[in-house]
Amino acid sequence: MAGKLKVHVDQEKCQGHARCKSLAPELFNLDEFGNAHEIGDGSVPAGLEDKAWLAQSNCPEIAIELVEE
Amino acid sequence: MSDPVRAMPDAGPVISDHPPVTDWVHDFDHTDPRWTENPFPIWDELRAASPVVHTDRFLGCYMPTTYQAVREIANDTEHFSSRRVIVRDIRPEITATAPPITSDPPEHKPAKQLLLPPFTPDAMKKLEPRVRAICNELIDEFINDGECDAAARYTRHIPVRAIAHMLGIAEKDGDLFIKWIHGILELGIKDDAALMSAVREMTEYFAAHLEQRKQNPTDDLISTLMKARDKDGEPLSDSHVLGSLRLLLIAGIDTTWSAIGSSLWHLAKTPADRERLVAEPELMPSAVEELLRAYSPVTMAREVIKETVISGCPIKPGNMVLLSFPAANRDPAMFPDADKVVLDRKENRHAAFGLGIHRCVGSNLARMEMMVAIEEWLKRIPDFRLDPAGQVTWSEGTVRGPRQLPLLFRKAG
Repeated sequence: MAGKLKVHVDQEKCQGHARCKSLAPELFNLDEFGNAHEIGDGSVPAGLEDKAWLAQSNCPEIAIELVEE
Repeated sequence: MSDPVRAMPDAGPVISDHPPVTDWVHDFDHTDPRWTENPFPIWDELRAASPVVHTDRFLGCYMPTTYQAVREIANDTEHFSSRRVIVRDIRPEITATAPPITSDPPEHKPAKQLLLPPFTPDAMKKLEPRVRAICNELIDEFINDGECDAAARYTRHIPVRAIAHMLGIAEKDGDLFIKWIHGILELGIKDDAALMSAVREMTEYFAAHLEQRKQNPTDDLISTLMKARDKDGEPLSDSHVLGSLRLLLIAGIDTTWSAIGSSLWHLAKTPADRERLVAEPELMPSAVEELLRAYSPVTMAREVIKETVISGCPIKPGNMVLLSFPAANRDPAMFPDADKVVLDRKENRHAAFGLGIHRCVGSNLARMEMMVAIEEWLKRIPDFRLDPAGQVTWSEGTVRGPRQLPLLFRKAG
């Protein structure tokens, strides 16, 4: 069985390209400077796994971690 | 950008003709006409030779050729400075700056944070209806002709009018901006006098707008910058505000003009992609990213300030670096089928807006303009092709895009 999927934006790496927000608006928010943060604790609801993967694999700064717990 | 905005004409006019390149790997020149016309095979040749190549031109300049080497340099502010962001024939003393693009840490972050809030995706959504209207006003002017130079009559006017709208100045002043930017980004590589006169006119123009707003504050981007406070709570100096305004204009116009133009050029010569985008408009977001990757307009620069090693290649101070995000985006080690436009490419960490702390502050504006400009064009002119009797020409140097784009078309039924 697959575990629970979580996303996390590394604030040291994020430069505000906003690709994740565009690809997975359900999982990320932008702050007033346009930098991305995972919504809540980053848990990926069922059905949004593909969007989480898309966001992770389009981040130019490799700032998004995708972990299975 | 640093040298373009220096105040003193200390070096005098410099106009030089570059000898044609015979050995790209050891003597590259990004102003050579063959590079301007079709740089892609040249980049492949350089990449096959080494992850970093060098030329003695431009008083000594490296170029990273792989995505990896470009990323390493973009993320390394210890050995590479942004104080000069254009590779030129001369390297005059730096007397004025355009923060934050010419800033290094620790000055960079506070200067950049001032500019970020007005350019978030949400802020761009508010501007979007005006940009859509601008596109349609432009199309109205030529749609009944069945032909047009899309670079002269469409793509060049969209970013100028959008940024003028944001700054709170007359959209009709756009022609002035276009003239200055040509002087700085293209002529300025080899002709210092052209660059200096463009910078002087631009500075005087904005200084007058600052004075007006001191009497009568407005709620546009110029006033926002004038009201901003630095990290010590002090207002920004006029010269800081002027530097940032110059930056927004220089960085925000040619670049997006080029990106929209290259996109239309691609769609004009690739009927399958054009028809697919018309039939599947939901592909637009990934298509825009892919067109940005394949035809990235902007090449930046760094100056080496400390000796180091990049991808195994020794790097020595005293040299410039041509930081070619466009070449990085064609690296097959990073992008399968790098030379193919794949409108629904799934994995696309392209570096069209740069990497690291200098990520383009206007990236959300540029994306919105591209999306809207292509959407509105396709709605009204879904069927178009290159005019075989005309000639497509490309800009030289730092920003690449079509400057003449003659198209034939049929308007939507």
